[in-house]
Amino acid sequence: MLTTSDACCSAAVQQSAFLRLRFDDRGNRRLMCGDDCSDGSAGMLELKEVSRRINGVDHLAGISMRIESGVMNVLLGPARAGKTSLMRAMAGLDRPGGGEIWFNGVNVTGVGVAKRNVAMVYQQFINYPGWTVRENIASPLKVKRTPAAEIESEVQRVAELLRLTPYLERKPLELSGGQQQRVAMARAIVKKAGLVLLDEPLANLDYKLREELRAELPKLFADSGAVVVYATTEPLEALLLGGMTATMSEGRVTQFGPSHQVYRVPADLITAETYSDPPLNVFSVTAAARPARFPGAATLAVRPHHVRLSPKSGEADAYAATVLSMETNGSETFVHLRVGDARWVMLTHGVHAFEVGAALTVHVESGDVMSFDSAGRALALSARAA
Amino acid sequence: MKQGRFAFVVPALYILFLMTPIYWLVAMSFKTNLEITTRFTLFPETFNLDNYVKVFTDERWRAVFSNSLIYVGLNTVISIAVALPAAYAFSRYRFFGDKHLFFWLLTNRMAPAAVFTLPFFQLYSAFGLFDTHIAVALAHCLFNVPLAVWILEGFMSGVPREIDETAYVDGHSFPSFFVKIFMPLIASGIGVAAFFCFMFSWVEYLIADSLARSAVLPITTRLQALSQASGTDWGVLAAAGSLTLIPGAIVIWFVRNYIAKGFALGRV
Repeated sequence: MLTTSDACCSAAVQQSAFLRLRFDDRGNRRLMCGDDCSDGSAGMLELKEVSRRINGVDHLAGISMRIESGVMNVLLGPARAGKTSLMRAMAGLDRPGGGEIWFNGVNVTGVGVAKRNVAMVYQQFINYPGWTVRENIASPLKVKRTPAAEIESEVQRVAELLRLTPYLERKPLELSGGQQQRVAMARAIVKKAGLVLLDEPLANLDYKLREELRAELPKLFADSGAVVVYATTEPLEALLLGGMTATMSEGRVTQFGPSHQVYRVPADLITAETYSDPPLNVFSVTAAARPARFPGAATLAVRPHHVRLSPKSGEADAYAATVLSMETNGSETFVHLRVGDARWVMLTHGVHAFEVGAALTVHVESGDVMSFDSAGRALALSARAA
Repeated sequence: MKQGRFAFVVPALYILFLMTPIYWLVAMSFKTNLEITTRFTLFPETFNLDNYVKVFTDERWRAVFSNSLIYVGLNTVISIAVALPAAYAFSRYRFFGDKHLFFWLLTNRMAPAAVFTLPFFQLYSAFGLFDTHIAVALAHCLFNVPLAVWILEGFMSGVPREIDETAYVDGHSFPSFFVKIFMPLIASGIGVAAFFCFMFSWVEYLIADSLARSAVLPITTRLQALSQASGTDWGVLAAAGSLTLIPGAIVIWFVRNYIAKGFALGRV
């Protein structure tokens, strides 16, 4: 058992060392290209202890992170976790109560949003209702006094990219939700901003459109050289977008790293809970009833798809469970269980029909179990956890 | 429920009830004084335009119409110009006492106009503003600015704050955003607020009468002054009265689609 935990820890250490290296490397490259890195090759947004407190409530509690261009940076957290507050501070819409914000080596903490080079897309479809799609897209360029011919060609290019060309003369409110949001994104793209903030841009779209736009999104900003930040409440979306994920909870960034790493090796219980959909199965253990292979654990957790009907290997623990209810979506069945005092969700493939109240034995591979100490810090994780 | 065959009766009666005085005024304006004072006739016996000719050819009638239009126009412009930034502040910012201030604005309208005539009279006399267009226009602001603020605030709050922010993100300055993006969005609200200011100022009698007495005689005062001991020219009075309906009718035509929202102070 000890060897497993050692292996896991060293993997985590290696990972963070790798990250540091990457940052250093990037920093060097920035130094090499001199003070003026405006060729759009690399962007870096750095937050130093950014905080914001309103009426005694911490909306942002000392957030420090370095966000780079070239990847999607996802802010993941439930509603009111501080994602929007953080984005507003990044954009310059709100001045942080404390801390500093640096962009490409310049302190922009007190600089107003109009003077920053930012673009923002909201959850609501925000366009100028009185203007045509063409005028909407051209708006940021017009403000910059771009020559008319250049505006025209840029608007054409971006409209083509977002498949808005047939609607250029329409008013935004005459378009569908997906098209309206694409207009908002076109405005963000056309501006060629150094920092692009996407605040749950797909949340108000229906399923189909959401999938479609989600697949397009990373490509749209991939070679813009912009630092792209994307806020979402959905763990699945964070995984699908890839890149980096910062999990947020109650105004704090609980963990920031490559999306899959944060998912696989959460640093603490809150991060693991934030980054789990359907909800994580959490159960507390006492010293007396603690399985020997989780020394020091106060809380164990297992993801719903790791709860199995039959053991996968010899290293599985069996738990007696009672079926509480079931939901099925056709290809998967969510079985709600009572295990001891805890309520669990088991995600199984296929359609299963269990009697409500039936007794079941479920199996959990020991490698799939995450363990946390009494403060919620992650203790050990098997490299096999996936 | 199936609509009855006689469902139209009640609204028809109501409209008849509302329209009768207006019809009577207009019909009277085409009658001779003899007909008005001696006989009860539903329709003018002879359709004569003499009363209108008298109104249009009389210098004094022309003067009172233009006087009223000038101070009403001034008042509307001032009220809207002042109320726009105020309403924006109430709609977008939280500041100390904002809710109280907002409510207090409306309480201004609860006092009867008569209460303010004496202080206004003294104040404007002291500043040498007595008997000027601007005096009446400013005095009416006391009632119209709060109303305009309330109406505009309602319309402005219907515009998502994110539109303001998007404009700033795009790089617009505040004035550019306000004039080019925001005002067109609340154009109907501005129209409705202007309509309410116009109508109040146009029909207001007491304050206009006490602040403008000779050089700037308002239409309402002259209409009132025509009934004298020496006799009243009913026909001319009716013609002039009918004419005062026209500006209001014109203004209401432009805001007809938004007027209900205006009566709800923009909160629909």
